Amino acid sequence: MELLSNLQLGFDVALSLQNVLYCFVGVLLGTLIGVLPGIGPVATIAMLLPATFALPPVSALIMLAGIYYGAQYGGSTTAILVNLPGESSSVVTCLDGYAMARQGRAGAALAIAALGSFFAGTVATLVLVVAAPPLAELALRFGPAEYFSLMVLGLVAAVVLARGSLLKALGMILLGLLIGLIGADVNTGQFRYTFGLPNLADGIGFVVVAMGIYGFGHIIANLENPDERNTGIAPIGSLFPTKKDLKDSWKAVLRGTGLGSALGILPGGGALLASFASYSLEKKIASDPSRFGKGAIEGVAGPESANNAGAQTSFIPVLTLGLPTNPVMALMVGAMMIHGIAPGPQVMTERPELFWGMVASMWVGNLFLVLLNLPLIGIWVKLLSVPYRLLYPAILLFCCIGVYSLNNSAMDVGLALLFGLLGYLFIKLDCEPAPLLIALVLGPMMEENLRRAMTLSRGDPTVFVSRPLSLGLLIVAAVLLVMVVLPVVRKKREEAFQE
Amino acid sequence: MFLFFGGVAAWVARDYPMGSAVRMGPGYFPLVLGVLLALLGLAACIKGLAIRGEPVDRLRFRPLALILGSVGLFAITIETAGIIIATVVTVAVAAAASPDSRTREVVLLIIVMLALAVGVFTYGLGLPFKLMPG
Repeated sequence: MELLSNLQLGFDVALSLQNVLYCFVGVLLGTLIGVLPGIGPVATIAMLLPATFALPPVSALIMLAGIYYGAQYGGSTTAILVNLPGESSSVVTCLDGYAMARQGRAGAALAIAALGSFFAGTVATLVLVVAAPPLAELALRFGPAEYFSLMVLGLVAAVVLARGSLLKALGMILLGLLIGLIGADVNTGQFRYTFGLPNLADGIGFVVVAMGIYGFGHIIANLENPDERNTGIAPIGSLFPTKKDLKDSWKAVLRGTGLGSALGILPGGGALLASFASYSLEKKIASDPSRFGKGAIEGVAGPESANNAGAQTSFIPVLTLGLPTNPVMALMVGAMMIHGIAPGPQVMTERPELFWGMVASMWVGNLFLVLLNLPLIGIWVKLLSVPYRLLYPAILLFCCIGVYSLNNSAMDVGLALLFGLLGYLFIKLDCEPAPLLIALVLGPMMEENLRRAMTLSRGDPTVFVSRPLSLGLLIVAAVLLVMVVLPVVRKKREEAFQE
Repeated sequence: MFLFFGGVAAWVARDYPMGSAVRMGPGYFPLVLGVLLALLGLAACIKGLAIRGEPVDRLRFRPLALILGSVGLFAITIETAGIIIATVVTVAVAAAASPDSRTREVVLLIIVMLALAVGVFTYGLGLPFKLMPG
């Protein structure tokens, strides 16, 4: 019954007028950027971080979380109606969603996507409620050695689940760890990699890096591709799915929810991976796989449920272990730190109102999203007619203002510029930037725990294998690593990302 | 192709000196990482030479230079000339990066952005921006 009282506490917090309002603002913004191609949740959250300084931490986190899962709803609208992914996690929705739209069944596709997402969001919130407390309890027993091993596991998983070349993903991780080392050393105050610049003494903020890579870098890359949005917007048609649609899709929704919830928890996972995996699964088990790509409703229902479930369960490792599993979560960790909350298992015991309030707000937010996305679909569609050439200068300016106001430092804007260039090169070289950002956040924590563990064990490196929890985590990491190197699994992995 | 090699080579070159040059008391961790990254860069380079990969898209310099330039201008003007001028130059230069930008639209956009930057960010959220030079 502790669970119920916790949930009640959560809803008390989440249903306060102020928090409902911020939750609404969050999901509204999330839907907006989800609908608009060319701007994603990472850049948006980074942009809005400074604006949340003045808010109480709970409201700030509720709003930022809303942006992330709100974007999952909005992304499907664009995918279905104009065959462009509004969000990277709706790439696969384009395939069958747009095919349905061309058959005049866009409304049904949208309705199934929204209802499936709502169902998935509800289940994922429940998973969060049930799974988080025991995990946090386990994490409270962690010492420095365990934390180090846990982070190794997180980084290995980020490599395994990254798209594209393994070698590149590894390189990105190492580069991220190195960037994380810039600044004064915690233990000795020794400056490292600062090149004599005093501004670098505090290190490079992850917001600066995220904004540079995801904001500036992507704008440059987008500008190179001519405006593709003149394909025209498909008419929506009736919003009510037929009986057959419902019959065909409920199983896919269930499978998508399960798969998404599981993949969201894994380091490196989250909404993107969940939607891809769900599409492959639906295609594999369908009685007639050839229907896929031609408007199979399962191809919309599964991935859309999965990405929303994944978006929500990816909060589990952050809230219980302090371990970010994707770039959005890395930003959430940063947001918590800005508000003076150390992410980790103690959040649940020390700030129960924050933890449960956030969880409860997710369900409230999902309810808002269904209302926002179904009856108000027309408004979002209109937004799609705003051309990119008017959008990107605005995005750019907001990014600049966001970076600058973080520390009131023009130097930070200059640094973000450099990372913009780097981000652009990454896109050109097919390097997935997500592992870099995760490593950047984990780097300093990892080094600190490594050194602390070594000090506690008086320089004995066996401490990592002699403590059972630490050993277990390392074994899982090693198994994962071996698995991807094995040729069979490697081929599978490539197939999975090919879809 | 050549750009790909160039990119990989730059990767190696950029990280090599970093990893090994900065070697001091608290530097155990950076050293290990630096060496690992350098080795990896080397491996990527060899692999890139051995297997003929897909050529990298041509880099287009106009958007690259203009976007980075507009961000740079923002960094320079925000503290010296204030938010109003910074907004105008940033949006104007950024808008020039698009192949099909139109002057009238850009002027309108600048006006809207000015209203947002001053109204929402400076007064609404109370961010400490200078409005005017001086």
